[in-house]
Amino acid sequence: MSVLVKLSTTLRDHIPGYNPETGLDADLTACAPLPTAETLARHIGLPLEEIKIVMVNGRRQELTSPVYDGDRVAYFPAVGGG
Amino acid sequence: MFRFLRVNMATKSCVFEDIPAEYAGLGGRALTSTIIAREVTPTCTPLGPHNKLVFAPGLLGATNSPNANRISVGCKSPLTEGIKESNSGGQPGGHLAKLGILAIIVEDMATEGEWWQLEVSKDSAKLVPSPVGGLNNFEAVGKLIETYGKDCSYVTIGRAGEFKLTAASIAFTDRELRPMRHAGRGGVGAVMGSKGLKAIIVNPEGGKNHPLHDEQGFREAAKRFAKALTEHPVTGQGLAEYGTAVLVNILHEAGGLPTRNFTSGQFEGHEAVSGERMNKLTKERGGEGVVAHGCMSGCIIKCSGLFPDTKGKLISKWPEYETLWCFGPHCGIDDLDLIAHFDHMCDDFGVDTIDVGVAIGVAMAGGGIPKGDGKAVLEAMQGISDGTPLGRVIGCGTATTGRVFGVRRVPCVKGQSLPAYDPRAVKGVGVTYATTPMGADHTAGYSVTANILSVGGKVDPLKKEGQIELSRNLQVATASVDSVGLCLFTAFAILDVPDALPAIVDMLNAKYGWNLTGDDVVTLGQRILSTEVDFNRRAGITEAADHLPDFFSDEPLPPHNTTFDITHEELKTTFNWIK
Repeated sequence: MSVLVKLSTTLRDHIPGYNPETGLDADLTACAPLPTAETLARHIGLPLEEIKIVMVNGRRQELTSPVYDGDRVAYFPAVGGG
Repeated sequence: MFRFLRVNMATKSCVFEDIPAEYAGLGGRALTSTIIAREVTPTCTPLGPHNKLVFAPGLLGATNSPNANRISVGCKSPLTEGIKESNSGGQPGGHLAKLGILAIIVEDMATEGEWWQLEVSKDSAKLVPSPVGGLNNFEAVGKLIETYGKDCSYVTIGRAGEFKLTAASIAFTDRELRPMRHAGRGGVGAVMGSKGLKAIIVNPEGGKNHPLHDEQGFREAAKRFAKALTEHPVTGQGLAEYGTAVLVNILHEAGGLPTRNFTSGQFEGHEAVSGERMNKLTKERGGEGVVAHGCMSGCIIKCSGLFPDTKGKLISKWPEYETLWCFGPHCGIDDLDLIAHFDHMCDDFGVDTIDVGVAIGVAMAGGGIPKGDGKAVLEAMQGISDGTPLGRVIGCGTATTGRVFGVRRVPCVKGQSLPAYDPRAVKGVGVTYATTPMGADHTAGYSVTANILSVGGKVDPLKKEGQIELSRNLQVATASVDSVGLCLFTAFAILDVPDALPAIVDMLNAKYGWNLTGDDVVTLGQRILSTEVDFNRRAGITEAADHLPDFFSDEPLPPHNTTFDITHEELKTTFNWIK
């Protein structure tokens, strides 16, 4: 039970040694019984208040959305450009 | 104190005029588009004597409003054959505003082969022969500074503009006198070149901030606006730290990063060309590298960092996201240093990074340049300055390049190339590309906000529902923002912070003694778009041109495998107030 976590900009600072190329392999078993983007974020040590956007497998979801074995979960703070 | 400066390149007359009543209360894009619509025959040859080139600072120029010193450039575009407004940061906008010059209107043409420069100061304006003809922007500005000094600001074209290449830009110097801010899109530099105008030198001496109808009221409103910008995490912090390049990774993640000429929505080398990487390298390399740099006086967002090479020497400003994208993922190149060099070449030769970068990826698709070959791109780019056949082709932009190389997928609308968001995975911006009178342009209605960034609400980027309304509202609001002289990035705060728009309205009212409401801002935006659409109709660009190339509706884009499924009939409802 694991997921691939990808982090953006300042969120990377919360995970010592985070490798931006490979992302982070996170174990979901600790988030049982119903792993969500929120429980996963807590588990790996991300401050929830800094998370603005969550994508699961490339689609925008909520923090309360469930995550499943093998998912790719990306967290972003507020970002913008153009 | 407010005047127009009308410059005739054939007779060399430079006349200050009182502002005609019909132009009262207009600035920036509202002014350039209204002047072009009234004074330019829509069917004229864009690079001929009947086209005009208009420069106009915005309504809040020369005030203490944050981020309000941008300059709009208007003309009939040689790229789209329709109306064009392209705006830029840098110093000349603020300087012209301080001199009370609300528009420079450049008419007719000098004798072909002659180069002239326009000297503008408080009470005089004069055309003199230009000694910097034949030079690119950096060398030209360097020589002009020797004559006119460091207190002036400079507007120039490079060799691409002299060659009248249809992707040529106009350069505006930043606070450190580097010609690195550009009115990039639509070939405005070719129009300046066609007129024989090589440079404008703006001497701000004796200029001052505009008188305010209600000084105290203005000060308070400006403070509220600054607070909104500072408190919003994007305008207050994010853009300064990572530049617009922060978008590389999020568009990759969302599957909307057009890769290898719009054949995939993800690029395996995204991290290497990301804002995070650019920030890290800038800090590690130090030297002339700068994180958080403002391109114009009064900027508190500071998105325009400076990127150094391994020895700490400046390569270029931080390339914008769109520049990183088109020379990067779109061409299959993942070398940040190389892309920064391309950015510098674009600034120096004076071309739009988007239309040229997209052209190169299209040339690769057609076998004109080896795929992913950075060295071959360097040579092709140098050809823009050297005037080689390939250089002239890519310097004329994506549509021309696609034709020359027989390419099936040419990502253009109305002759202008699509920027860095695939319309199959970011459908709201697809509506903007298809319908804006400017030709494909993300800045005209930046639906990426609600589609991807969760700013100003949320609209699912992969579904068609809500996209027309989103694009409509943003296009209307943007036309107003472009008229006020505000940097478009203020829109992040405007969309999210309830007090930001009222603060802008209050500043306008306090400056001019008006009684505008938020609704009037909407009306102004609609009026500008109506004027622009009407010009295009009279130029022969009908509603039939408001669509994307068919490969976007035919070919699903990985990874989401969606197509652009908003129909032409649906797109027609975007400007629903125009009958």
